[in-house]
Amino acid sequence: MSRAILYDSTLCIGCKACEGACAERWGLPYDDKIAGEEKISAHKLTAIETHGDKFSRRLCMNCVQPACASVCPVGALQKTALGPVVYDAEKCMGCRYCMQACPFQVPSYEWSSRLPRMRKCNMCFERQSEGKPTACAEACPVGATKNGDRDELIAEARQRIAEKPGQYYGKIYGLQEAGGTSVFYLSAVPFEQIGLRTNVPLEALPETTWRVLELVPDVVSTGSVLLGGIWWITNRRAEVARKEGRH
Amino acid sequence: MLPKLGTRGIKLPKITVWRAIFAAILLSGLYATYLRVFYGLGGATNLSDRFPWGIWIAFDVMCGVGLAAGGFTLVAIVHIFRIERYHPVLRPAILTAFLGYTLVVVGLLYDLGRPDRLWHPLVMWNPHSVMFEVAWCVTLYTTVLFLEFLPVVFEKFGLHKPLDWIHRISVPLMILGVLLSTLHQSSLGSLFLIMPEKLYPLWYSPILPVLFYVSSIAVGLAMTIFESWHSSRAFGRALELPLLASLARVLAVVMSVYLWIRFLDLSHRHVFGLLSQNRIETWLFGLEMLLMLVPTVLLYQTAVRLRPGALYACAVMVVFGFITNRLNVGTTGLEAGSGTHYIPRWSEVAITLSIVAAGFAIFRVIAQYFPIFEHAQDKAEGAETTEQREEPVTVG
Repeated sequence: MSRAILYDSTLCIGCKACEGACAERWGLPYDDKIAGEEKISAHKLTAIETHGDKFSRRLCMNCVQPACASVCPVGALQKTALGPVVYDAEKCMGCRYCMQACPFQVPSYEWSSRLPRMRKCNMCFERQSEGKPTACAEACPVGATKNGDRDELIAEARQRIAEKPGQYYGKIYGLQEAGGTSVFYLSAVPFEQIGLRTNVPLEALPETTWRVLELVPDVVSTGSVLLGGIWWITNRRAEVARKEGRH
Repeated sequence: MLPKLGTRGIKLPKITVWRAIFAAILLSGLYATYLRVFYGLGGATNLSDRFPWGIWIAFDVMCGVGLAAGGFTLVAIVHIFRIERYHPVLRPAILTAFLGYTLVVVGLLYDLGRPDRLWHPLVMWNPHSVMFEVAWCVTLYTTVLFLEFLPVVFEKFGLHKPLDWIHRISVPLMILGVLLSTLHQSSLGSLFLIMPEKLYPLWYSPILPVLFYVSSIAVGLAMTIFESWHSSRAFGRALELPLLASLARVLAVVMSVYLWIRFLDLSHRHVFGLLSQNRIETWLFGLEMLLMLVPTVLLYQTAVRLRPGALYACAVMVVFGFITNRLNVGTTGLEAGSGTHYIPRWSEVAITLSIVAAGFAIFRVIAQYFPIFEHAQDKAEGAETTEQREEPVTVG
């Protein structure tokens, strides 16, 4: 049973209660100035964005097959069975490949720190492990952010679209993006109009590199035989040449 | 350590334009280092959440590793394919590779957010990560290069026992070196396979690893010609022209293969239409192609291969074409897809230039005091070549 978040942009009133709860849960400062920043950063792991009269929310998508976890050379990022993608700052060496690989441009870096960490939402892994909802879902006064079982939330999203087809842009963002995520969006308008990246590949991204990486043992074994064989032949040729030269 | 030093007397080095430039670069690099250490990546670079990799990755690492590819290419040619006449340029190629990889590690120490954890991939594994594979290959290959370079040190100090010992393991060592290089030269291209929506289609290709591998072989050969030309000027020794000319023939063929694969890739992905758009990517792609096509065509002319100046110019063009390609893949090609612009800060450039300058200087010092080229010359005179024989030419 894996957990997920459903964000319904048509219900969101832009009150930013989720932002405040998130900051509190991470122990990050939160004031009017930070509330005004409409983008996620190392000190703001979720952000409400205004797009005309519509709102949108940015947070880590906690992908089912996360690109960030697959590229991390030290395994600092892990997809948990519970759903959240968690980060171990003690392992991280700061190569920032996760940031480069994320199709949603979520991970942020503590650029001005001398001992920097990557920062991102981990869908309140600690809270959810204890059976509590995510801080953002708990804080949301209108139920625009809902936390629950992934399959149940997908079913609920489908039901909302079916019940009020006129109110929704009939698709669920996150169902296929990057092979599927654990954060879903419903919207009244096409997703690019609320600032979501719509050119995200629909395949699981780790596949793109694994297709090549899984060939490594083949390359090594074939290469050793080939190079060893060539050396064996050329060496013999050199030996013969040396002997003939002596006569 | 360096007994010859004393015999030259204690004269202060003459101040020349090049030395002044060298000193200026190192001083700016030193100040940039201070900024990097005390103010973090944010204080020394123009990197951002949307653009997390800059020229320290695209140039210092991706170009650095590529430019050092002459090491494995020539080891394969001389010791595995046993084309012994190329022996004279083997040692400089190994030295370049060893220095190159050492400097790549220095570059990484600047770029990593936590350089003190450089060793983490060796104990914390993630075999699904291309970066993990690159980290292991680079570590192992730098060790191999060190062992391949050791005979030079043993020769210099007349240590015959360890010399024998290292010769005994040399064949498996060299095969290992070629394999490791094949893996990580191509993997530097695989790093970008996971960003299909970010990297501009003129550069994103499922065969990036193949393209990176073939172009690294080409630039390795070009760098060998480049070094020989420079060291012949620096040390006033004869240029191994017939040898370099025949190496240039190989270079022309490898470049042709590369350009042909590149053409096939672009045409199979139906992206030629993009070239009609007036965008920065189009122009940089054009520059890249120009810097690769021109020397390839020229190197097919015997007259060009046998003229030291022209040969050198072609090698330089290949090197710059290669650098343009890596910078395009590592920075420019990612800007549009990341929705941002990136221009390196002066301190990023200062550190990159300092690393390059240090590379030139250390190469020169080692080549002066260790048997890198002398060894080369005795063999060059006896070598048989298929190229038109000419008297050795001294340039400069």
